[in-house]
Amino acid sequence: MTDTTAGGHGFETHAYDVVVIGAGGAGLRAAIAAHDAGARTAIVCKSLLGKAHTVMAEGGIAAAMGNLYADDNWQVHFRDTMRGGKMLNNWRMAQLHAQEAPDRVLELETWGALFDRTKDGLISQRDFGGHRFARLAHVGDRTGLEMIRTLQQHAVALGIDVYMECTVTDILKDGDRVSGAFAYWRESGRFLVFETPTVVLATGGIGKSYQVTSNSWEYTGDGHALALHAGASLINMEFVQFHPTGMVWPPSVKGILVTESVRGDGGVLKNSEGRRFMFDYIPDFFRGETAETEEEADRWYDDKKNNRRPPELLPRDEVARAINSETKAGRGSPHGGVFLDIASRREADFIRRRLPSMYHQFKELADVDITAEPMEVGPTCHYVMGGVEVDADTGASIVTGLYAAGEVAGGMHGSNRLGGNSLSDLLVFGRRAGLNAAYYVGRLGSKRPKVADDAVKAAAEHALAPFSEEGGENPYTIQQDLQDVMQRLVGIIRKRDELTESLEELAKLRERARHLTVEGHRQYNPGWHLALDLSNMLRVSECIAQAALVREESRGGHTRDDFPKPDDTWGSKNLVLTETGGEISLNEQSLPVMPDELRQLFEEK
Amino acid sequence: MAYDLSMRVWRGDRTGGELVDFVVPVEEGEVVLDAIHRLQSTQAGDLAVRWNCKAGKCGSCSAEINGRPRLMCMTRLSDFDESERITVTPMRTFPVVRDLVTDVSFNYEKAKELPAFAPGPPDQDGKRRMQQIDVERGQEFRKCIECFLCQDTCHVIRDHDDNKPAFAGPRFFLRFAELDMHPLDTHDRRKLAQDAAGIGMCNITKCCTEVCPEGIKITDNAIIPMKERVADRKYDPLVWLGSKIFRRDQREEL
Repeated sequence: MTDTTAGGHGFETHAYDVVVIGAGGAGLRAAIAAHDAGARTAIVCKSLLGKAHTVMAEGGIAAAMGNLYADDNWQVHFRDTMRGGKMLNNWRMAQLHAQEAPDRVLELETWGALFDRTKDGLISQRDFGGHRFARLAHVGDRTGLEMIRTLQQHAVALGIDVYMECTVTDILKDGDRVSGAFAYWRESGRFLVFETPTVVLATGGIGKSYQVTSNSWEYTGDGHALALHAGASLINMEFVQFHPTGMVWPPSVKGILVTESVRGDGGVLKNSEGRRFMFDYIPDFFRGETAETEEEADRWYDDKKNNRRPPELLPRDEVARAINSETKAGRGSPHGGVFLDIASRREADFIRRRLPSMYHQFKELADVDITAEPMEVGPTCHYVMGGVEVDADTGASIVTGLYAAGEVAGGMHGSNRLGGNSLSDLLVFGRRAGLNAAYYVGRLGSKRPKVADDAVKAAAEHALAPFSEEGGENPYTIQQDLQDVMQRLVGIIRKRDELTESLEELAKLRERARHLTVEGHRQYNPGWHLALDLSNMLRVSECIAQAALVREESRGGHTRDDFPKPDDTWGSKNLVLTETGGEISLNEQSLPVMPDELRQLFEEK
Repeated sequence: MAYDLSMRVWRGDRTGGELVDFVVPVEEGEVVLDAIHRLQSTQAGDLAVRWNCKAGKCGSCSAEINGRPRLMCMTRLSDFDESERITVTPMRTFPVVRDLVTDVSFNYEKAKELPAFAPGPPDQDGKRRMQQIDVERGQEFRKCIECFLCQDTCHVIRDHDDNKPAFAGPRFFLRFAELDMHPLDTHDRRKLAQDAAGIGMCNITKCCTEVCPEGIKITDNAIIPMKERVADRKYDPLVWLGSKIFRRDQREEL
């Protein structure tokens, strides 16, 4: 480590083979893989280690281990995943994911994870929306915590360097190749330069651009924006998942996630008339595998062979839209949601044992006892399917040396992600990205890219820009206005004139953000941090709105009021976004073609 | 029930600081963290506070509210009288970075000292088998969200920085107990818990259990059983005899 000055701004320098940005499931798994492959590896994360958004995942990790249903296998999981994504998924990613997830789960157990067990002592698996069999390895309803703690403890035991509360603001390049990353310490505001031929983006999602979201403050689309700026492409950005069940009351907790496990474990959705309304919203695409009567749906929990799945367990996009329609039709709950009832369907003991965090969360934050009364729930912005376009096998973006894994990568989930497929995605593709970054460094030999002084100087000036203007606007106000625009105009149901309006509004916000003012100094200053995050949020929001305007159909996490049906022509195309000279451009691109042996899986019932 | 809340928030850095008075409008159902966020966005843009999930799951927003170690996101304003002034100060056991943010690196250093989980080989089919009842003990401890409130409240280190090198604190006794009770772990962690982690310095006042936002029975279920295991080993007559009759290099150390 050396202390240097460039353009008058001091910074420290660190050299690595692989720098992973983000310490959630994907980042930790990537770092472990890169380390195991012999690369000098560092993790750089915005928060303390172990606090990343993965910690909030509740339901479980989808993996066709067949511990409860011997008929489950990767082909069934692959098929469920593709159908859940309305066939827009990158087939190769969905295949690798389904094939490798079981090994990744067993690996966690070898590193100390304590999953719930079956009677035979194997890892237990639970039901979730869109999955034909009970498939989610879980620990009560705090699976994400178990996963992040296991990976964190393993990474610490391996001695991987971790730069906590450290934020990357620029990817540095030498010609066409990645040469490093520029960052600041939260605590001191001082700068760091990482000299590294590879960067693995594992920065998660974009939810903080919306008003009602289950995402934490870190979810500001940093990786998406860094990738675009470095010359990589984004795909599927129009697809944003609104989780059907977020808390709606009291206002301060609006958006906090209510796990799908409530429905997986027997909970049902009801409107103000007491009707299980999901039976009214079964789409033709899923009719063959969905129960038509309450009796059949209730029998399914114990006998999956002879009964079909309850409609409450349709993929998330279907359920979220249904809830939206019910509340719009005036059949909502007192606080603008619908009722999620497990109290009348399962014993109190069972609920407390299977859903301890939900019990605690409602009791503490809403004075609701979920073993005695229904919850009120409504859609909340939860996940972005879109992300960096990557090679399925390696996680490599189109920029040499830049990799992406987890939520920040696109393609795996198509137009809609199934519950439980996120945690497995993090493990499978985190590992692949980390390994392949390390392999690339091995192949480089002595031809390592160099960090240029002027690039560092430019990065420092970019980071300090928010301090340069006086009398400008407060970044918090601009963020609130951005959230309002995205929620109102680019939300769960979209239409052309609103999307057009959103792009105009976003342009105004961008202009306002150029003239914001930050109080105080560089030491642990949240106003400054927000000002930097805000430019990422604005960039990503623009990508979402642009792609949403162009895709004239409804599919998965993209619903157009003016084009309410899926369209086969659109069903074979991705929208690809790139940045040139500070402007976003958008192109259509054909989906990769699935080989026949996989295609056959969709012809059988 | 919107009203104007009187707050007193510690502001400062390593060199010192003071309690600053604020009045902030609050709404029904809000928690202390909401009030702090409103201060940040309207009155004090550079007020430093650590937080992530705002749902009691990540353990970032630990602070002392009216002197009691708590998560700001799980402390509801309705627990207080509307006329009551709420004082928020940083955790006292750790050095202040700025305002409500403390340097909790002590905990990350202690975590590095713990030998990792070391399982035996899997069953022949590559899977591992454990019974639910056996994993449940460890699962209670793994609910820990690492908010470090137990560390903050522990009097062994709260006002005694000099004890920190020799004492890992309740959060890590939990981890020792979890690994020691793990059905598949092969290490014997009792000696380490005694020597390196200083479990003997704990005199079971249960303050840690009282402040745990996850309701983990740290003292009863982790520390006391761990102390008993340490004692069992230390006073095991066979181990004692071995220490007397074996050659020095073959002895198990007490």
